Formats: sequence, structure tokens, C-alpha cells
Amino acid sequence: MRLAFTIQRYNPELDAAPHDETYRLDVTRGMTVLDALLRIKNELDGRLTFRYSCRSAICGSCSMTINGGEKLACRTSVRKEWERHGGITVGPLRNLPVLKDLSVDMGSFWGKVRAVEPWLRDDTRPPDAVPSASRVSRFHNVDACIMCGACVATCTVHEVDKRFLGPAALAKAYRFVADARESGQARTARLASLQGPTGMWDCTRCNFCVEVCPKDVQPMEAIIRLRRESIEAGYDETGGARHVVGFRDLVARFGRLNEVLMPLKVIGLSLRKFLHVLPLGLRMLLKGKVPNPLHSSMDGPERVRALLEQDRR
Amino acid sequence: MALKYALYPGCAAKGATPELFQSTMAVIGRLGIEVTELTASSCCGAGVVGEADPDGALALSARTFAQAERLGLDIMTICGTCQGVMGGANRKLKSDPALLTRVNRLLQSEGLTYRGTIQVKHLLWIVVREVGLEKLKDEVQVTLGDLKIAPFYGCYILRPSGDLGFDDPEHPNSLDKVIRAVGAEPVDYGGKIKCCGFPIILEKEDIALAMNGANLKEAKDGGADAMVTPCPLCHMSLDIYQERAGRKVGANLNLPVLHLPQMLGLAMGVPAEDLGLQRHLVPVDSIVRAVEERKMERGKEKSRS
Repeated sequence: MRLAFTIQRYNPELDAAPHDETYRLDVTRGMTVLDALLRIKNELDGRLTFRYSCRSAICGSCSMTINGGEKLACRTSVRKEWERHGGITVGPLRNLPVLKDLSVDMGSFWGKVRAVEPWLRDDTRPPDAVPSASRVSRFHNVDACIMCGACVATCTVHEVDKRFLGPAALAKAYRFVADARESGQARTARLASLQGPTGMWDCTRCNFCVEVCPKDVQPMEAIIRLRRESIEAGYDETGGARHVVGFRDLVARFGRLNEVLMPLKVIGLSLRKFLHVLPLGLRMLLKGKVPNPLHSSMDGPERVRALLEQDRR
Repeated sequence: MALKYALYPGCAAKGATPELFQSTMAVIGRLGIEVTELTASSCCGAGVVGEADPDGALALSARTFAQAERLGLDIMTICGTCQGVMGGANRKLKSDPALLTRVNRLLQSEGLTYRGTIQVKHLLWIVVREVGLEKLKDEVQVTLGDLKIAPFYGCYILRPSGDLGFDDPEHPNSLDKVIRAVGAEPVDYGGKIKCCGFPIILEKEDIALAMNGANLKEAKDGGADAMVTPCPLCHMSLDIYQERAGRKVGANLNLPVLHLPQMLGLAMGVPAEDLGLQRHLVPVDSIVRAVEERKMERGKEKSRS
């Protein structure tokens, strides 16, 4: 069967802007998108630029945007993509600077991974100490990460704020927070360093990273665990931590979330922040969108409190 | 025969977006849906309770499932976030007997047990798969023709797709199909599957508004007359924060945002006040006027024939 591949081309030294080019190719059984790109490069256009190495989903080099989603070209079936989307479009990873065609500058990605110091710091155990099986499972799936960058390219926060450390680096940080070989002091320092802007509390939990990860690392789950560990370690003063703790407390008290009290929990005693949300609150009040702050909308909220208190014990 | 569900209202429809509950109740009867409201159901945890207390959050969902199971009914949600959280909880509880036992222990004091027999379905899915688009088209009184409506799916009704399994997470089309069924034209734009920023809007407003504003602007630039969403948390972000989001991205947005059942109700000829349209912060007048004009044209056509 002969199929059309629409590929984004861009050479910053020559082109004013990226443009699409379409190549037609006879596809064979079991062909991957990487196979197709290699055929196009070898037979139709030698200038087409993309990264690849292992061809077996281990090295993470060939991640790119295929039909709107971040995928490894080497493990993406041409036939399945065609059946799912009725066509094949290929572009570079999003939200990273394009070097040429499908190759992006991964410099910021590696910089952020390095910034979380992904190695054992302050190793207080003997060098040959191996974490026990139960401890290893606490790493979640993070050790499976092949650093392909798909999660960062798809991250909706990174899209609007390139300073955000992003899913891959934060997941890597969690892997070391969960490593029993690091001392409590080093662990606390790690958590402390991720509390500020660009850290763990910037994630909106949009689930894109979980969706695209080719290795089921579930970076968002690792970020959630970082947050939980932070709250348990006493880092409960950031807006994000106040949101989580305040939300839980409101559900324990009213059974359902009360949207009037939620902002107050996050704001705390800051007059400046209160004045910032007040105009919206008043407009909502005028539109009948402010629920009674003293009343629960469900029957029997005390049963929910008992349930959550029982669990905390 | 009526489709029967246990209606899980969630927090927002009983709190800051009461128009969602009102409009749901105004339209479901016409679609042949009968509901028993779970008045003693709690918050689903919205993914937030679980950040602090994973088992507690699962217990909140399991408690609701047990209530529906007692009634012998599947659950209908009207909130994309509730759907994602409860759908995920249901999958976990059904696939892990040890977890189910542990969580059921927490429900014991209330005399509840979840046996893992119910399903959780969003109104959008029920309309598409169980009511059927043909039945919906039969109920359309006022075709919303030549209105361009931008679908905004929201994260939790799409991802992680392994927990949901309804739409294609890259190219979902259920909401697009419903927009077409009411006679309007869906706007295709990249932002329709992105995040509204709501979960961090209180503590990281700058980031949330940049996300929210970009999606709204992209829809507006695509020619949208209105936007529709199956998630009330997205609605709060898109409607209540729209003015601030517009300032953030330097655009005059003024884009009316409808809840899914409000759009259905308008097409079914339900009066605007019964759909709670007056409760929005971004005025919906332009859409209501367009619908009224079509109603009048239709009336004239009828009297002529």
C-alpha cells in the first residue's frame, strides 16, 4: 500500500518558518514510523534530519510528535497510526527549540535533570548496600525512564512556562527521595529545594505525561508522591500544600468541597491575596455562584468525616 | 424504556456551578434518562484528597459506588473531573481484590460494602453511546446551525485513557459529534484537549491563566461563537477567570462558555432561565439571542406552511 507522510521540515539557517512536506511511500508489513523515515531519507530526500539509535525503544532518541501525540518513532506502527487517524503527520517534539526538521535541542531537558542532582548524595550506607525489594517498589516506575523527553514536550505547564522543571526531572527527584540509602537530611534538602516556583507545585495534574510516556513511568504519580512526602515532612506552607491539606480538611468537615472556603484555605492570612480574589468572589455572589459556607450540600456529612478520620488513624 | 442511573452530582454542581445541576435536570427527561440522585454522596476527592491520603480518596469513591450498587444502578456523572477520578478508582478497586478488601474495611462502620459491580459513566458518554445521537437529533427543536461551537473536553475525561477508554485521547470526537447533532459546527483547535489550569489557579494564577487564555484565544481565533465543556471545573476556569485570562494573553475574549446540558437545552428549546444561563460571568446573551431568532424564524416557517 502506498501512503502519504506529512513531515514538518525546518532549517533555521535557511527557512523563515517551519513548513510541511509530503512524501509518498510503499509501506510494508510491520513497518514502523522510523522505518518509513529512514526509507524517505535514503530514497527520497537525503536532507531529512532526525535522531535515532537503538531502533528498539531503549535509547529514547527518536521521540517525536506523530499524529499530534509524543511517540517513539521506532515503536509506532505505521499501519496502526493510519487506522487510528486516517493519515500520518510527523513533527519534532513540541515546546523545545528545533535544531533541524525533527531534531530538537534537548539542552534544557538535560539541564533540568542535572539540576535535581540525580545521584545518591550524602551516602551514609556502605557503597555495596542494595535497597531491599520493598524499598525498590517505592521508586514506582521511575527507573524505567529512558529520557526521551516526550513528557516534557507534552507538558501543558512547560508549554506556558519553560522554567518549570517538568515531569521527567521531578520524577527523577522522587526516585532519590524514595531511596532508603540517602540520609534523612539529604532527603529533606531535596524536598526543600523543590518547594519554590518551577518545582513540584506547578503541576496541574493534566495527565498528559502519563498518557505519552512510552515506558509507563507515570511521572505525574511521582510528582504526587513528592507532594505527599513534602506535606508529611512538614513542608505545608506553600500555596500548593495549603490547597491539598485545606481541600482534605474541608471534605472531612462538609463531605463535599465548599468553593467559598477553599480559596481562604490557600490564601491564609495574606490580605494582599485576599484582596486579589475578592472581586471575583463578589461577582460570583451577584450571580448566585457562592454556596453557603456554613452548610453542607450532602446528607450526613459527619459520616464522611468519620471515614477519613478512621483512615488517618 | 427509560435509561436509569444513580446521579452523582459532585461538589461544583451543588456549589459554585448550580446551573449545571439545573440544566442537567431540565434536559435528561427528554432524552429518556431517569435518575435517582445520590444525596448522601460525598466529594470524589478530585485527585486532591488522594495527594495527601490515597486510601481515603479511594474510600470516598467506593462509598459512592456502594450507594449506587444498593440501588442496583450504574452511576451517571456530570463532571469530567469526577468521571476521571471515579473511573480510575473503580478500575483500581475492580482489578485489585486486596485493595477492595482494605477499602471496604473503611466502609464497614457505615454498613456499606462495594462488590465491584457498577460502572461510572459521564452524561456525555451516555448521550453518545446509550441515548444515541439520532434520539438527540429527534429532540432538537431549534437547530443551532451556523453557530460555531468550540469543544473543550478537559483533562480528566480523556486521560489517562487506560482508565477511561471512551474517546481517543489524541483526537477525541464525542463532544464534536454532539455539537454536530444539535446542528452547530464544531471548531477544531489544538487546545480542545489541553488543560484549563484550574487545579493550580488559586496558588499559581499566572501559569493557570496563561494556559486558560491560550486555549480560549485559540478557540476564538478559530471563529468560535461559544465554547462547551463537560467539566464544571473547566467551566469555572473558562468563565469566571476569562477576563483575567484575556488580560494575561492580551486578547479581548468575551467567549460564552456553556455546560454540556445547557447546549443540549438550548437546542431542545428549553428557556434560558431554566438552564441557569444568567448565572455566568461571561454574558451568554449573544447565543441566547441567536437561538431566539431561530425560534422565531421557525415559528414563521410553520405558520406559512
